[in-house]
Amino acid sequence: MSGQVTLRDVTLGYDRHPAVHHLSGNVAPGALLAVVGPNGAGKSTLFRGLTGILKLLSGSISLHGLDARDIAYLPQSAEIDRSFPITVFDFVGTGLWRATGLFGGIGKAERQKMASALAAVGLTGFENRVIGTLSGGQLQRLLFARVMLQDARLILLDEPFNAIDSRTARDLLALVKHWHDEGRTVLAALHDLEMVRANFPETLLLARGPVGWGATEDVLTPGNLLVAMRMCEAFDDTAAACLDDERSRAA
Amino acid sequence: MSLYAALIAPFTDFEFMRRALAAVIALSLGGAPIGVFLMLRRMSLVGDAMAHAILPGAAIGFLLYGLNLLAMILGGLIAGFLVALLAGVVARSTGLKEDASLATFYLASLALGVTIVSVKGTNIDLLHVLFGNILAMDDQTLLVVAFNATITMLVLAVIYRPLVIESVDPLFLRAVSRAGTPAHLAFLALVVINLVSGFQALGTLLSVGLMILPAGIARFWSRDITGMISVAVLAAMFSGYAGLVLSFQTRIPSGPAIILVAAGLYVASVLFGSVGGLVRQLFPGRHLEA
Repeated sequence: MSGQVTLRDVTLGYDRHPAVHHLSGNVAPGALLAVVGPNGAGKSTLFRGLTGILKLLSGSISLHGLDARDIAYLPQSAEIDRSFPITVFDFVGTGLWRATGLFGGIGKAERQKMASALAAVGLTGFENRVIGTLSGGQLQRLLFARVMLQDARLILLDEPFNAIDSRTARDLLALVKHWHDEGRTVLAALHDLEMVRANFPETLLLARGPVGWGATEDVLTPGNLLVAMRMCEAFDDTAAACLDDERSRAA
Repeated sequence: MSLYAALIAPFTDFEFMRRALAAVIALSLGGAPIGVFLMLRRMSLVGDAMAHAILPGAAIGFLLYGLNLLAMILGGLIAGFLVALLAGVVARSTGLKEDASLATFYLASLALGVTIVSVKGTNIDLLHVLFGNILAMDDQTLLVVAFNATITMLVLAVIYRPLVIESVDPLFLRAVSRAGTPAHLAFLALVVINLVSGFQALGTLLSVGLMILPAGIARFWSRDITGMISVAVLAAMFSGYAGLVLSFQTRIPSGPAIILVAAGLYVASVLFGSVGGLVRQLFPGRHLEA
């Protein structure tokens, strides 16, 4: 199905150590999926795998007609160097990268789009401020404005509501729902289980490996959450090579 | 002495001073924007290390072809990339951090370069390579410096967007484009060709000065990158001009004179800069309404 994301026995990690281990499943086009799990569960790693930033250790991801152009990725705000002297307007303009590339001009139409995106997140009047002067919530709004400009069919939001006030979270959640209503597929890594239960119909509970994937009320059960909490945390330098791939191939 | 005689006459009366002025203007146009990116990417000391690392290559070019900047640039590029590559390989294949690894290689490289020059050349050669002599610019050298500045501005225009995005939000760039790594490598090449350009004018030890000091100055006068690059270029040009005048009117060698003027501007900027200058911080004035 066009726009579907299919993961087949996906293992992602660093230096041969798996951070996401043997994950399989489908994300239907237009889905609104919460990815939940404790710190170190592999949520960010999964998103990096989906965007192609991180190569798979094994397994495969099929994007069924989506290419890199159709994916918008909102990284955690901690990944952004806020001391870099770039203005809000220039920063949001990076969302037009796929249209402008290295040399494409930013004309009147593009400026209008940028202004509209900033207006939609309540940042009109901030255009000439450098990003270092923004609060955490304002920076998050800016990142959402950039996602809007990317106009992508698949949207990946890595902890988009961390360390922001409730009003900003409410405003940004409304945007997420709007994208969902437009038929875009949205995956969001989240920690607030109440927010997930109230707003996300589908959930993937991750703890390096998949604990549950399906309707939110079926996945976020006390039993599953306990399993996720007991997740094996650290990399084991003495771990043996994983034979599951060979076993599954043999099967 | 009239102001004209002190500030203008050296350039109207002497061709070597005009050539030197043209050279510092070209060096400023190419090197200062590179310096701003080095500073913003937290690579200021990497630039310094690279200046030392490229010495053996430049020295071999110098010994084979004399003061032929093209030979020195090619030698410098090879040595610079070799050191960067070896440092990267050692850092990734052992537990050593990349900066420690780079420090080891650049020191070894510097020692090798000085050895090559001192064994095969004369002490004057060594002094020339270490400290430069901008007052002895011939046509070919001046053309190469100007060519390097032109190439730098053109390439920087091409890689500007990915360089900025990679600096501020590297994961985003990797998600939308594969331009990050080529842009970074092109940037390193620009660092090397600008360092080698600076060899003739300022010598290996100071060539990074006309890149980093103007960038440091610019940080105190502008909040956004466009303003910073403009201020850095102007500060580098002024340092070059004032340094040449200072050198002409006194007995201070031209290279150190240029860098000393830049250092003076830096101290003034730390004290009086409008963005985070010390005086501004000590006497901030009444707070604003919004």
